[in-house]
Amino acid sequence: MAEILDLSSFVEHGDAGTAHMTLAVDGVGCAGCIRKIENGLTKLPGIIDARLNFTQRRLAVDWRDDEIDAATIIKTLEGIGYPAHPFAPERVEADESRQAKLLLKCLAVAGFAAMNVMLLSISVWSGSVSDMTQETRDLFHWLSALIALPAAAYAGQPFFISAWRALRARATNMDVPISVGVVLALALSVYETATHAVHVYFDSAIMLLFFLLCGRCLDMAMRRKTRVFAGNLASLKAEFAHRLDAKGEVIRVPAAALRPGDRVLVRPGEVIPADGAILTGRSEIDESLITGETVPRAVDAGTTVYAGSINCSGALTMQIAAAGSGTLVDEVERLLQKATEAKSRTVRLADRAAQLYAPVVHAAAALTAIGWLIAGASFHDAIVTAIAVLIITCPCALALAIPAVQVVAAGQLFRAGVILNCGDAIERLAQVDTVVFDKTGTLTLPDPAVDAFAIDPDLLERAARLALSSRHPLAVALARRARERIPYPGAVEEPGQGVRAMIDGTEARLGSSAFCDLADEDTQSTPRDAEASFIIFAHRGKSASIPIRQSLRPDAIAVTQALMARGLDLIVLSGDRQEAVGPVASRLGIREWIAGLTPAAKIAVIELLKAQGRRILMVGDGLNDAPALAAAHASISPITAAHLAQSHADALFLGERLAPVLRAVIVARRARSLMRQNLILTVIYNSLAVPFAIAGLVTPLIAAVAMSGSSILVTLNALRARLGMPQLSNVDPFASEPARAEAPRGKPIAPLTQVMADLAP
Amino acid sequence: MNVLIYLVPMALLLGLAGLVGFLWTLKSGQYEDLDGAAVRILPDDDLKA
Repeated sequence: MAEILDLSSFVEHGDAGTAHMTLAVDGVGCAGCIRKIENGLTKLPGIIDARLNFTQRRLAVDWRDDEIDAATIIKTLEGIGYPAHPFAPERVEADESRQAKLLLKCLAVAGFAAMNVMLLSISVWSGSVSDMTQETRDLFHWLSALIALPAAAYAGQPFFISAWRALRARATNMDVPISVGVVLALALSVYETATHAVHVYFDSAIMLLFFLLCGRCLDMAMRRKTRVFAGNLASLKAEFAHRLDAKGEVIRVPAAALRPGDRVLVRPGEVIPADGAILTGRSEIDESLITGETVPRAVDAGTTVYAGSINCSGALTMQIAAAGSGTLVDEVERLLQKATEAKSRTVRLADRAAQLYAPVVHAAAALTAIGWLIAGASFHDAIVTAIAVLIITCPCALALAIPAVQVVAAGQLFRAGVILNCGDAIERLAQVDTVVFDKTGTLTLPDPAVDAFAIDPDLLERAARLALSSRHPLAVALARRARERIPYPGAVEEPGQGVRAMIDGTEARLGSSAFCDLADEDTQSTPRDAEASFIIFAHRGKSASIPIRQSLRPDAIAVTQALMARGLDLIVLSGDRQEAVGPVASRLGIREWIAGLTPAAKIAVIELLKAQGRRILMVGDGLNDAPALAAAHASISPITAAHLAQSHADALFLGERLAPVLRAVIVARRARSLMRQNLILTVIYNSLAVPFAIAGLVTPLIAAVAMSGSSILVTLNALRARLGMPQLSNVDPFASEPARAEAPRGKPIAPLTQVMADLAP
Repeated sequence: MNVLIYLVPMALLLGLAGLVGFLWTLKSGQYEDLDGAAVRILPDDDLKA
């Protein structure tokens, strides 16, 4: 059957028959790669331009439609050695890139203005001890106003807009005191300039904006970096599906391009691309990503199947159903909605600080004015002093204190293989006291592996090499063991049964026991256990029953021990069977576990734990975990997780090891303590500076020095998050704090079996 | 102090030139691929025939 690749959903067509596509490219690592890819493509007829963005690992290609097509381009790239995947940019990413540009422009304008105003201000400050005339000083003040006013109006946009939004929603955030401070400082300075006064604050106002914009730009850059990385990963693992058109021809399309009503062919070993119902065929499907259940389910015509399941044995044709018409997915969606609504928005540290800060500062300024009036000062002097209080307390350091730590911590996590989905996840991660794990695909590896203990290595090698010719998931797992990566010539796969080939003149078979002509007692004699599936290999009278099971992540035991040593309670909630969950939990030393949970039951358990006052970190990957991920205080998913689960997790982690979960907790806790330190530092700074301002002793020079001093102080303190960490990334994180047998325990967990009784219908 | 008549405008103009230059680099997409710019100078295509 000839296969046609259809990529039209990723291609943008321009005028005059040109087309454009963006590809995420895998394996780009050096300067040579850029040249190889770009030259390799531009040599092709019809290519107008190919440019690789090395930072983002993305390739933009333009070509003429009538001379070449998208599929050829991808095939050429694969030929050069760079697998490429079409990439559909998300709207969020485009928004963020626009916003990053605006922030950079604002930063540039504020920087320009700050430099030039400072040039004039320093002349005035030094002029006051030399021979500067009043006329020259006024000229310099007017010039400062000319630069600072338009610059502040432009560069202050992000703060003014955000403050206005908060005020309209009858709330307050950090941008409100910032905006008030900047606007009052500028207005006062203009008035003072017009009345030929000595002190103006143009430099303070514009420098404040410059520092704050630096912080925002760094924050945005970090966020974009993780977003781009996550976007590439998503497109690299995007699935293709085989769509059947009206004539019954097979067309390869990206799974994202499937529409309800499409008919799709799913071959053995392939992933079911979307929810739908089976039209023809009979097979077994592995739904471990959906329900956590590790034993395959038998399906035939009429059965509803879900995206993400793996087809094990027979070819299936299925019809894509409209989104949300499946019972399980419906249920999960409904629970998700409830969980997201119910999740009481945790107030972020920065907002909480702002809520306390703004009223105190504004009250202090008002009291200062009233106090000076009572003391007999003129109205003008009282107002000037009050505004000086506002300027000196303008929360430059406070607004930098938390984002600066966030940027450094997010960078740390990124290097440790943790990608943050949302910015305030760090704060919430630091607060957790209970970790709830899913089993399948989270504590265990997503792909099953061979348990090669007590199998003749020579026999295993032959079996593994034969398995290269099969697409059955068990065979794929076995094939990973093969040292010789060349399949046996002439190997034949019998769908649903096994694969056979001639090895050294005699026939070898791999598959079910019936296929290998083995009597049942032969396989029965091998010890059966509930966790493993078996695949039989027979050759020259010798046979082996090879167990394949979900194995624990390599460092799962060490990580769970380390988490417990840090005072966290661990719980396993799984959708899998009792016999499969129990051994895993006991091997990890986790005492609390429940098996056979539905998504609703998982949420119910989480709610119960929350009602006990626990802050829960949910670690899970399945579709059935998505509501629990959304309901928990913080959540992490492995990168192999179901799409829905990923989009509701606060963070994703890469790789086979579980260590990133531990690192996330460690880094987050450290980051939070640094945030608190920074807040305390700002409070100390303010309590030192404010009395001077109230006393009316603050000159523009003191304001400028104090402001930059405090900003630099909190930024340096934030950088400490980085200084302490290198040992963590190089050294085994468990070495520093050996797992103690007697871990400090928190509150006892209420008997979970009771929950189960309550949930029983 | 007559020197100010041309020194101040000159300082401002130089600053403005820098600002305009930065905005131009931003608009022409020179910050889109920072790592790429660093490695693109390595291969010397122009040397071969």
